[in-house]
Amino acid sequence: MAASTHSTDQSTKMDGAMPLKSRPAAAAIILLLGLAAMLFGLALSVSVGAADIKLATVWEAVFRFNPDLQQHQIIRELRIPRALAGALVGACLAVAGAIMQGMTRNPLADSGLLGLNAGASAALALTFALAPASSFLYIMLYCFTGAAAASILVFGIGSLSHSGLTPLRLTLAGAAVSALLLAVSQGVAILFHLSQDIAFWMAGGIGGANWTQLRIMTPWIAGALIIAMMLSRSITLLSLGRDVAAGLGQRTRLVQFTGIIVVVILAGAAVSTVGPIAFVGLIIPHITRYLVGVDYRWILPCSAVLGSLLIVFADIAARLINAPYETPIGALIAVIGVPFFVYLARKRKGEL
Amino acid sequence: MNRLLTSPAAQQRRSRDITIISLLAILIIIMFVVSMNTGLMRLSPLDVLHTFLGGGTEQQKLILFDFRLPRIVISILVGAGFAVSGCILQGLSRNALAEPSTLGINAGAGFAVIIFISFVPATTGAHIYVLPLMALAGAVLTAALIYVLTYRREDGLSPTRMILIGIAVGAGIYAIQLILSLRLDPQNFQFVSIWLAGKIWGGDWRFVLALLPWLVILLPFAFYKSRVLNLLSLGDQTSAGLGLPVERERILLLAAAVILSGACVAVSGGIGFVGLIAPHLARRLVGPKHQVLLPACALVGALLLITADTIARWILQPAEIPTGIVVAIIGAPYFLYLLARSKA
Repeated sequence: MAASTHSTDQSTKMDGAMPLKSRPAAAAIILLLGLAAMLFGLALSVSVGAADIKLATVWEAVFRFNPDLQQHQIIRELRIPRALAGALVGACLAVAGAIMQGMTRNPLADSGLLGLNAGASAALALTFALAPASSFLYIMLYCFTGAAAASILVFGIGSLSHSGLTPLRLTLAGAAVSALLLAVSQGVAILFHLSQDIAFWMAGGIGGANWTQLRIMTPWIAGALIIAMMLSRSITLLSLGRDVAAGLGQRTRLVQFTGIIVVVILAGAAVSTVGPIAFVGLIIPHITRYLVGVDYRWILPCSAVLGSLLIVFADIAARLINAPYETPIGALIAVIGVPFFVYLARKRKGEL
Repeated sequence: MNRLLTSPAAQQRRSRDITIISLLAILIIIMFVVSMNTGLMRLSPLDVLHTFLGGGTEQQKLILFDFRLPRIVISILVGAGFAVSGCILQGLSRNALAEPSTLGINAGAGFAVIIFISFVPATTGAHIYVLPLMALAGAVLTAALIYVLTYRREDGLSPTRMILIGIAVGAGIYAIQLILSLRLDPQNFQFVSIWLAGKIWGGDWRFVLALLPWLVILLPFAFYKSRVLNLLSLGDQTSAGLGLPVERERILLLAAAVILSGACVAVSGGIGFVGLIAPHLARRLVGPKHQVLLPACALVGALLLITADTIARWILQPAEIPTGIVVAIIGAPYFLYLLARSKA
C-alpha cells in the first residue's frame, strides 16, 4: 500500500485537477447519509404519482398488505418495482461510468456517450422487431451482446491508431458508433412500424419496470457490482496510468478485460430496463471523485449510492414537472448533463 | 506566380484535376439516369429518355417530373450543400473530423423544426416555406451557442474543444427533441420521426425553390473565398502574418457553413456524415487546395447523396428507408476508419 500511496502523490503533482488524496471519512459519511436519503427517496417515489398516496398507506402496503385495496395493489405492483428499478439502474450507470473513467483515464467516458447504450438499444430494437415474444431474460442477454459489440467497436477503433485512446478520439469513436447504431434502430423501427413504441422507450422511462425484470436483473447487477469492488484497487492503479500499474506488477490486460465485461453487464442491464439514459455515468463519478478522492475502493460504492439517488429523485421530478404526463427521464438528465459536460470540456487545458 | 502556374508540372496537375472533375460529373449523370429508373414503378432508360423528349404516357410524366425528378434534384443540392459546409468547417477548424452533424448544428436545425411542427401541424401547407427559415434560425443559434461555449479568453477557439462541446450540445438537443416529439399526435409524430431520420422530401418542386436561393448565393461565395480558406487552414498566426483579418473572415465563413447546412437540414432532415466523407474523398482526389477542392467536394457530395437515395428507394422495396439511415450505415464505418488512421 505504501508504494501506491507514494505514486498517488506523484500523480497529483502531474495532474493538478485531481483532489489531493483519498478521503475515507467523507466516503463513510456519504454512504451513511446517502443510504438514509435513499430510503426517504424510495418512500417518496412510492407515494408520488398520478394517484397521490399517503406515506402511511405506503407503510401499510409494505408491512400490512391488503390485496383488496387498490392503492395497496398500485404500490406493490407498480410503484415499488419502479422505485427499486430506478435505484438499481442509477447505481449501474454511475459505476459503469466510474470504471470507464478510471480505466481509460478519460474524464469524458460514459456508457451513453461511448455508444454502449446505443448498442444495447439497437439490440433491443431488433428484439422488438424479430422476436417480440422474448422473455426479459433474453432481452437482457441481447442487450449485453449489443453493448459488448459497441464497446469492442469503440475501444478497438479508439486504440488502433498510433496515439492511442485520447479522450477526443474515444469520444469521437463513441459518437460515430452511436450514430451508426441509432441509424440501425431507427431503420428497424420504421421498417417494422414500431416507431412510437421504440421512441418512448428510447427517451428513457422507468414506468414499465416490474418485479419479473427486477428478479432477473438483480443477480447480474449484484454479481457485476461485487466483481467491480474486487477490481477497485486495480482500477485505482490503472487510473494512475498503465505504466505505473504494470510497474507495480499488475496484469493490466486482465484487469481491463474484466472491467469492460463488468461495464457491459451494468450498461446492458440498465438499458434493457429503462432505455438509454446518458450522462449519469459522466456526472456522478466526477462529483464522487471530488468528494471522496482518488481511491476507487471508495469511489465505486459512493458512485453507486449517488447514482441511485440521482435517478430516484429525477424520476420523482419527471412525474411532477408536467403532471399528469411523465417527462422522459433521459431528457431530464441530459438537461443537467450537457452543462456539466461543457464545464468539464472548458476546464481542461490544452490536452483535450 | 505566373511561371509556376504554367510550368509543366502545374499544367499536368491542372489537367488531372479537370479529368477528375469531369469524371465526377459523368458519374453523377449516370447515377441520375439509374435513379430515374429506380422506384416502385419500373421505367426503362428508353422510356425515361422518351418522356424527357416530350413523349411518354401521362402516368410516366407524372412519375418522372412530379415525383422522381424533384427528389433527385434535392439530393444533388443537399449533397453539395452539406459537403461544402463540411469542407469549410474542416478548413476553419483545422480538424479533419469536423462536420455539421458532429458539431451539433444539424441537431439545432432539427430542434427548431420540431418546435415549429408542435405548433403548426405538418398537414397545413404553410410550413413548406417557413420550415427552411426555422431550420436556419435553429442552426445559427446553435452554432452561436457552441461558439460562445467553446471560446476561452486564454486560448480562443480550440478545435477539439469545439467538437467535444458540439457533441454534448447535440446530445442534449436530441434528448429535448424526444420530449417534444413524444407529445405530438401520431400523424405529426410519424412525420417528425421519419424527417429526423433524414428523408428527402420527394414530389415537390417547392422544396427545390426553397433551397435553391441559399445554395446559389453561398456556394459561389465559398468558392470566392477559397484562397482565404487555404490561408486559414495553415493556422491563425500564419494567416494573420500574411495580413488576413482572421476573426472577420472566420465568422463570415462559419456563417456561410452554418447557413448552408441549416438550409439543407430543412429539406432533408438529419442526414449526417456527408459533410465529413465528401471532403475527405475529394481531398484524396484533388489535394488540399480549396480552389479545386470545393467544387470537387460539391460534386462528391452530390454523387454520394444521389447514390444513397437510390439505394434507400431500391433496397427494401416496396418499403422505403430514410436516406439518412443509408448514409449513416455507410458513413459511420468510414468515419471510424478515418479516426483509426488519423494521427493527432
